[in-house]
Amino acid sequence: MTLPEGTPESYGPISGPDEVVREPAVEDAGPVVEKFDELTRQRTKEIIARYPQPRSALLPLLHLVQSVEGYVSQDGIRYCADALDLTTAEVSAVATFYTMYKRSPCGQHLVSVCTNTLCAALGGDEIYQRLSEKLGVGHEETAGEPGTEGSITLEHAECLAACDFAPVLQVNYEYFDNQTPEKAEELVEALQRGEKPHPTRGAPLTDFRTAELELAGIFPDLDSSVEGPTAAPESLRGAQLASERGWTAPAMPDTPPAFPALPEKN
Amino acid sequence: MVDQLTPVLTRRWQSPRSWSIDTYEQLEGYQALRHALTAHPDQIIQLVKDSGLRGRGGAGFPTGMKWSFIPQGPTGPGAKPKYLVVNADEGEPGTCKDIPTMMADPHALIEGCIITCYAIRANFCAIYVRGEALHCIRRLRKAVDEARAKGYLGPNILGSGFDLEIVVHAGAGAYICGEETALLDSLEGRRGQPRLKPPFPATSGLYASPTVVNNVETIASVPAIVMGGSDWFRSMGTEKSPGPKIYSISGHVERPGQYEAPLGTTLRQLLELAGGMKDGIPLKFWTPGGSSTPIFTAEHLDVPLDFEGAAAAGSMLGTTAVQVFNETVSVPWAVMKWTEFYKHESCGKCTPCREGTYWLVQILERMVHGQGTEADVETMLDICDNILGRSFCALGDGATSPITSAIKYFRQEFLDLIAEQPGVKRPEQLDDLVGAKA
Repeated sequence: MTLPEGTPESYGPISGPDEVVREPAVEDAGPVVEKFDELTRQRTKEIIARYPQPRSALLPLLHLVQSVEGYVSQDGIRYCADALDLTTAEVSAVATFYTMYKRSPCGQHLVSVCTNTLCAALGGDEIYQRLSEKLGVGHEETAGEPGTEGSITLEHAECLAACDFAPVLQVNYEYFDNQTPEKAEELVEALQRGEKPHPTRGAPLTDFRTAELELAGIFPDLDSSVEGPTAAPESLRGAQLASERGWTAPAMPDTPPAFPALPEKN
Repeated sequence: MVDQLTPVLTRRWQSPRSWSIDTYEQLEGYQALRHALTAHPDQIIQLVKDSGLRGRGGAGFPTGMKWSFIPQGPTGPGAKPKYLVVNADEGEPGTCKDIPTMMADPHALIEGCIITCYAIRANFCAIYVRGEALHCIRRLRKAVDEARAKGYLGPNILGSGFDLEIVVHAGAGAYICGEETALLDSLEGRRGQPRLKPPFPATSGLYASPTVVNNVETIASVPAIVMGGSDWFRSMGTEKSPGPKIYSISGHVERPGQYEAPLGTTLRQLLELAGGMKDGIPLKFWTPGGSSTPIFTAEHLDVPLDFEGAAAAGSMLGTTAVQVFNETVSVPWAVMKWTEFYKHESCGKCTPCREGTYWLVQILERMVHGQGTEADVETMLDICDNILGRSFCALGDGATSPITSAIKYFRQEFLDLIAEQPGVKRPEQLDDLVGAKA
């Protein structure tokens, strides 16, 4: 019986944190406007206008500031707070709750390896370990100078909802399906060389910041980025088998049937 | 006799560029909307009630009944704005049906949203998609743009006087936001933590207004029900669990993938469709509907996978995320990995879930890594007993499912793991310890 290793970081002596790390309070945030230029401020207005209540724009705005800086900085938090008339404490509370908001600058690419049970059983743990050794970094650490070409932030992710393609990883939230440790290593090497291998499904690879802009709901080139495969072969297996065997759902009536009578009011 | 596979939601997926409005319209797209707009909204609610459609996000609540809870009328709560929120925060381990649906057929979801909003009289709809599903977000956003350009969205849809805006909203990586009230808090720009119920979203949902929260697969089923009628929908599945369902088969099978079959299909049938166990290695355990549904074993090959069948056999249908594991996989290890997931995703709001998952992970990790104690199995069951039913939301309950079900079917494997410990293997060590104690 095989007994694969656990999530690499999770096993170790049971102990508390070595020291409590406190982030310095921002004494003088400085002119936040310089980082977040006119275009960003226009986009901010556009995002807020989509919602019945402005605060609903907070998650997209955190994605937006992340697209500018590659992480959510104290300035980014202040920017969101100003835009939505919230306190920085309120924004920090939200930013720290969600895994996708990064607290330190990310690499050009974010590589997320699924190490949940099913992917792990099929090799996900080994893929994560190999990449971690190869890059010399652990969870949410960056190989290379953050933001420069070929820099990579590594993380182990929870279930990426692609279990029929296991084991999977994502680069900037684009899927690379049916991975092996070797394929994953080649992929990372290519990224380090500045190449952008094509994901199995989805749009051509860009970088982490562009992906974050799209998550904010701003699509610089939606007409082309929306292209890509309609569906992956695995997703179509049921539909294909049905076609081969001539199986269908029962036929619908030729014209839609009449609606039921209006229910009587109580 | 209905065929073994019944593609309804998946019927367009093989068509070229099925995600574009051109293909969708060629394949009868938006005809259901035209038909629906000729009806009174209450007639659509009645139709969906008659169809017996039950929520596809895991809980199986009757969809039409949920819609009918939305207060209507010119005064009181009915006078507030109403909202539809689509739960596309797919993240339950094993679940992988909504992402291919949104990739290949986003317009089915958009058309379902428009019909649903017309029925419940909502003028704003948000589709909350998990952030990691970036390409789905692009496809949905494009679909919204295309639908608007054709007059299916925006003001005065097809001259009906009905207005609707749809926003595609990206999440930010939190499994808990799949819980409907946590999702609403998240959509309001807050930490995604569940709310106390009641009040339920039907009366006090998004912005404290009447809100329907439904899963992607549920809403995408609506256009077909409008076109086919309730009798047609009920010709598939069972009396209490009617309709087709996308079964997501993953793990140690030859052809993992999405198989749309009538509700009530068994694992034996699904395995046959998926080419059997990979390399012929026998089945050991499986989940019927994601990791939060108690595991099954080879004893359960013939359990009908519908809401009643799965429950009668001691599990839940969940999201029909069928994760299949063969004999090479250690049950305590798999349970440890799942428990690590729940610990990471516990939102921290309530103590039983936050503390319970933390300590369960500690116990499972030491057990799997050779430091378990004989009391561990009972301790875990005790902790689970203190989480189940005592947590704020279903995440805590779900976290106990893999543990209690694994101990139920594979207790000996946990005990063997403990018996293999060096301390127990060499009794003289125990003697030493006893001596030290005296």
